[in-house]
Amino acid sequence: MDTPFAITLGPGSSSVNRTGTWRTERPVYVDRLPPCNQACPAGENVQGWLYTAEEGDYQTAWRQLVAANPLPAVMGRVCYHPCETACNRAQLDHAVGINSVEEFLGDEAIRRGWVLPTPAPDTGKRVLVVGAGPSGLSAAYQLCLLGHHVEIRDSAARPGGMMRYAIPTFRLPRYVLDAEIDRILALGIDFRPNTPVEDLTAEHGFDAVFLAVGAQLAHRAYVPAAQSARILDALDLLGDTAAGQRPQLGRTVAVYGGGNTAMDAARTARRLGAEEAIIVYRRTRERMPANDIEVTDALEEGVRMKWLATVKHADVGVLTIERMELDEHGVPQPTGELEELQADSLVLALGQDVDHTLVDTLPGVRVEGGVVQVDEHMMTGHPGVFAGGDMVPSARSVTVAIGHGAAAARNIDAWLRGTVATPEPEREAATFERLNTWYYSDAPETVRPRLDAARRVSDFAEVTGKLDADTALYEARRCMSCGNCFGCDNCYGVCPDNAIVKVPTGHGYAIDLDYCKGCALCVTECPAGAIDMIPEPD
Amino acid sequence: MPAQSVKFYQVGSRAVGNRLLDAELRTEQSSAERRNSITSGHRACQGCGEALGARYVLDTAERVTGGRLVTVNATGCLEVFSTPYPESAWQVPWLHSLFANTASVASGVAAALEAQGRTDVRVLAQGGDGGTVDIGFACLSGMFERGDDVLFVCYDNEAYMNTGVQRSGATPAYARTATTEAVGPIPGSRPGQGKDLPRIAMAHEIPYVATATVAELRDLEAKVERAMSMRGPRYLHVLVPCPLGWGSAPAETVHLARLAQRSGLFPVFEAEHGEVTSVLPIRDRIPVEEYLRPQRRYAHLFADPPRTDLIERIQQIADRNVARYHLDPHEIPHEEGA
Ligand SMILES: Cc1cc2nc3c(=O)[nH]c(=O)nc-3n(C[C@H](O)[C@H](O)[C@H](O)COP(=O)(O)OP(=O)(O)OC[C@H]3O[C@@H](n4cnc5c(N)ncnc54)[C@H](O)[C@@H]3O)c2cc1C
Ligand SMILES: Cc1ncc(C[n+]2csc(CCOP(=O)(O)OP(=O)(O)O)c2C)c(N)n1
Ligand code: SF4
Ligand code: SF4
Ligand code: SF4
Ligand SMILES: [Mg+2]
Repeated sequence: MDTPFAITLGPGSSSVNRTGTWRTERPVYVDRLPPCNQACPAGENVQGWLYTAEEGDYQTAWRQLVAANPLPAVMGRVCYHPCETACNRAQLDHAVGINSVEEFLGDEAIRRGWVLPTPAPDTGKRVLVVGAGPSGLSAAYQLCLLGHHVEIRDSAARPGGMMRYAIPTFRLPRYVLDAEIDRILALGIDFRPNTPVEDLTAEHGFDAVFLAVGAQLAHRAYVPAAQSARILDALDLLGDTAAGQRPQLGRTVAVYGGGNTAMDAARTARRLGAEEAIIVYRRTRERMPANDIEVTDALEEGVRMKWLATVKHADVGVLTIERMELDEHGVPQPTGELEELQADSLVLALGQDVDHTLVDTLPGVRVEGGVVQVDEHMMTGHPGVFAGGDMVPSARSVTVAIGHGAAAARNIDAWLRGTVATPEPEREAATFERLNTWYYSDAPETVRPRLDAARRVSDFAEVTGKLDADTALYEARRCMSCGNCFGCDNCYGVCPDNAIVKVPTGHGYAIDLDYCKGCALCVTECPAGAIDMIPEPD
Repeated sequence: MPAQSVKFYQVGSRAVGNRLLDAELRTEQSSAERRNSITSGHRACQGCGEALGARYVLDTAERVTGGRLVTVNATGCLEVFSTPYPESAWQVPWLHSLFANTASVASGVAAALEAQGRTDVRVLAQGGDGGTVDIGFACLSGMFERGDDVLFVCYDNEAYMNTGVQRSGATPAYARTATTEAVGPIPGSRPGQGKDLPRIAMAHEIPYVATATVAELRDLEAKVERAMSMRGPRYLHVLVPCPLGWGSAPAETVHLARLAQRSGLFPVFEAEHGEVTSVLPIRDRIPVEEYLRPQRRYAHLFADPPRTDLIERIQQIADRNVARYHLDPHEIPHEEGA
C-alpha cells in the first residue's frame, strides 16, 4: 500500500462496519390516528388538512376537507366540534380552533369560487335519495363523485332540511348554506323539490335507495290548555322566522324543553321582540341535553331559565307551573307545588320524532324506539334500501348526518358493484403521552370575536365572527400533528449514527438499517410521536 | 379581527428543522447537505451523546470555515470509537497524538499554518472531560495563556468513559463511578467544586468561553459559529450524556441533557474576555430530582431509605447556578447599590 512519508496505516472508511447488526429493535414511521380525526363524526382527516393549511395552501387544504365533508362553511358555524373536545393540545394549553379554521377554509372557497372535484365517469347505476338534509346531500355528493346517477327528492321547496328550516339565521346565514348546497347540486344531481316520497314500494327504476328524511315531527306532549291560549311548536316558529316572517309571540314567551331547539327558540323569541324569554325545563342545568355553548349564549342574551318545572296548564297570558324534584335516580318527580308564570305564548320544544310511514309498507325494515334500524353497512332490513341521519339511531347533529351520508355512499357503491365495503384498517391512537411537547411553542388559542349580547338581540346578524387569513394560519400551526410526521427534521438531526436519510418520497425520511443501532433517540425526540420501535424481525 | 402575529412556526425554533421555515433559517443539522463530519459505522454505544455532540460541532465549524479546518483529537471515546484500524469515521482532516497534549498539538498546528501564511485554515481541538480538565489541563491553560488561535471543545460526559467510567475532575457530586463506589456515608463522587473549567477558562480572560448541551441545537450551532468568527484561544464546553457511564436509556440522551439544563445543574451561557455576555434562561424549571432519578449512577440516592439530604445538597448546587448566572427568566433584576 502506498502511504505518504511517516504514515504507516492506510485509512479506510468506517462505513464498512455495519453497526445495524447491533440492533434488537428498529424504528418505523407510523401514521397514528389523531384524536381529532377519531372524534369527527363526518370522518374528516382533520390533522391532514390542518397540515396543509399550515403551509398557507388553503385551496389544497379545502380539497382534502371536502373529500369527506362538502359543507365546511356550514360546519364552521353549526358543528358542535367534538374534535376540539378530543384535541390533544387541550392538555397542553387549549384545543386547536379546528372549527374556526374549517369555517375560514369554507368561506375562502365560497369567496374564491373553488369548485368540487369532477365526478367519475357514469357507471349507469341510479340511486334515489329521499330527503335533502345534510345526510341526503352528503350521500348524494359522494355517490355522484363515484359516477352514479343520483336523484334527490324532498317534500320541501328548498334543499337543506333542518339547516334551512330550523337552525336560526343568526347562527347560519343562508347565503352560506345556499352557496355550499348549490355547489353540490351543480355536480349534476337531479334535485326534485316539493316531491314527497310516500310509498317506497312504488319506486322502480333505481338500483339503490338512501333514506334521510330526518326527525321532523315535533314531539307532542299533552298540555291542558284554554281554547285561546297561544301555543306553538318550536319548529314552526323557527321555520317561519328563517323564511323571513315575524311570528307574533307577545311580550313574554315561555319555551318548554331543554334541548338545543329550546335554546334556539328562546333566542329567536328575544330577537322577535320578546322582552322576556323563559325556558321551562323539568330537570336541572347539568341534565339539560342542550349544548353548553348554546345555553351560555342564551343566558348572555337575557334568556331566563326555570329549572325543575313542568307546565300543568296553559291559559291566556298565564301558565300554571308545577315544581319538580329529582329523586335518587335523577328522575324528576312532581311535588304538587304550583305557581303561576306570566306568558303571552308557549313554545313547545320537546324533541322531534321520525315519520317512518314511508318504510312501514316495506318488507324487512325494522323500526325500534321510533327510529329505523340499520346494520353496520347503513342498510335497512330491506336489501338495497339504506338509511342515515336523524331517522336512524344517532346523536342527531348535522355532522353525524353528514358522516352517515358518506358511510352510506361507500356501502351503496359496494352494493352496486356486488361487493361489500371493507372498513378502513384500524389505526392505533395518537395519544398525548406519545408526544414530546417540549418542542411546541407556547401559543394561546385564537378566539373568534363575538357580537355584544346587547347588539345580538336587536337583529338576526351572525353572532360569531371570523378568523382572518393570518389568524387562521396561526391557529392551524398550533396543531401538533399528533401521530403523524410533520417534517421537523428532529429524527434526522438527533441520530448519532446518521442512520436517518432524507428521501424524496413518503414522509421524506428513511431509516438506513445498515447503520441504525436501535437506540430509539429518534423515537423519544419526535415531537409528534410518529415513530414506533418494533422488535427486530428474525 | 382577533389580532395574532403570524410569526409562529408550530415548533418555534426548538426543533432541528421545520418545513415552514426558509432553508437559511433552519439548523445546519437539518440540511441534507450537512457534512456528517463523523460518518456512519463508528463504534460509539447506542445513543452516544458524544458522537452526536461532535457531529453537531464539527458540521457547523466545517460550514462556517468553508471546509478549511484541521481537527486535533485527545485520546478518549471519541477517538477510540471513530478510528479502530483500519477504519476511520472522520470526513474532516483529523489528528490524534496523546491523551494529555491535544491543546499543545493544536497550538503547534496553528503555529505551523501561520508560518506557512495559511491563516485561512482554522484549528479545532477536541477531547473528553478527562483529557480536558485533568490530564490535558496544563497544555490547555498554556494554549489559553499564549493566545493561540485554536477553538478547544470539551465533550463533557462527566467521567473517564473509555476506560470504564472512572471519576474525573468533572464528575458531579455523589455520582457513582468505578472509582467512587456508592458506599459509606458519602457515597459516590466527593462533593465539592470539582473543576469548573468554563470558569477557569474565563479566568484566563480569553476572547470566548461558552457552554452548551446536545439538547439545544440552535444554541450550540450559534456558539460554534460565533467562536469561529473570532481569533485567539476560545473554549466550548458541551454536555454530552453517556448512556453507559450514566446508566441511562440510550433513547434518553437528549432528554437528559435538556433536564440537566432545566434543573440548573448545567448552566448554559456565553462569556467574552472573562465576562458573561448571555445566558440561556431556563424555560420551565424542574427540581434536580427529576434529572437525577432516571440515571443509575444516582440510584443510591433513591434507595430505601432515600438520601434526601444529599438530593437537597445537589438542589443547592442548582440553585446557586441559577442565582449566579441569572437563569430564571422571571427573576427581577436586582438594583446595584440600592
Ligand atoms: C332547532 C334545531 C337546531 C339545531 N342545531 C344544530 C346545530 O347547531 N348543530 C348540529 O350539528 N345540529 C343541529 N341540529 C340537528 C340537525 O339539524 C339534524 O341532526 C340534521 O339536520 C339531521 O339531518 P338529516 O339529513 O338526517 O335530516 P333533516 O335535516 O331533518 O332533513 C330531512 C329532509 O327530508 C325531507 N323529507 C322528510 N320526509 C320526506 C319525504 N317523505 N319525502 C321527501 N322528503 C322528505 C325534509 O323536507 C328534509 O329536507 C339542530 C336541530 C334543530 C331542530
Ligand atoms: C497517558 C494516558 N493515560 C491513560 C490513558 C488511558 N485512557 C484512554 S482514554 C481514557 C479516558 C478518557 O476520558 P475522557 O477524556 O473523559 O474521554 P471519554 O472517553 O469520557 O469521552 C484513559 C484514561 C491514556 N490513553 N493515556
Ligand atoms: S393537536 Fe392537531 S392533530 Fe393533535 S388532536 Fe389537536 S388538531 Fe388533532
Ligand atoms: S436515532 Fe438513529 S440509531 Fe437510534 S434508533 Fe433512530 S435511526 Fe436508529
Ligand atoms: S462509553 Fe459513553 S461516551 Fe463512550 S461511546 Fe459509549 S456512550 Fe459514548
Ligand atoms: Mg469523559
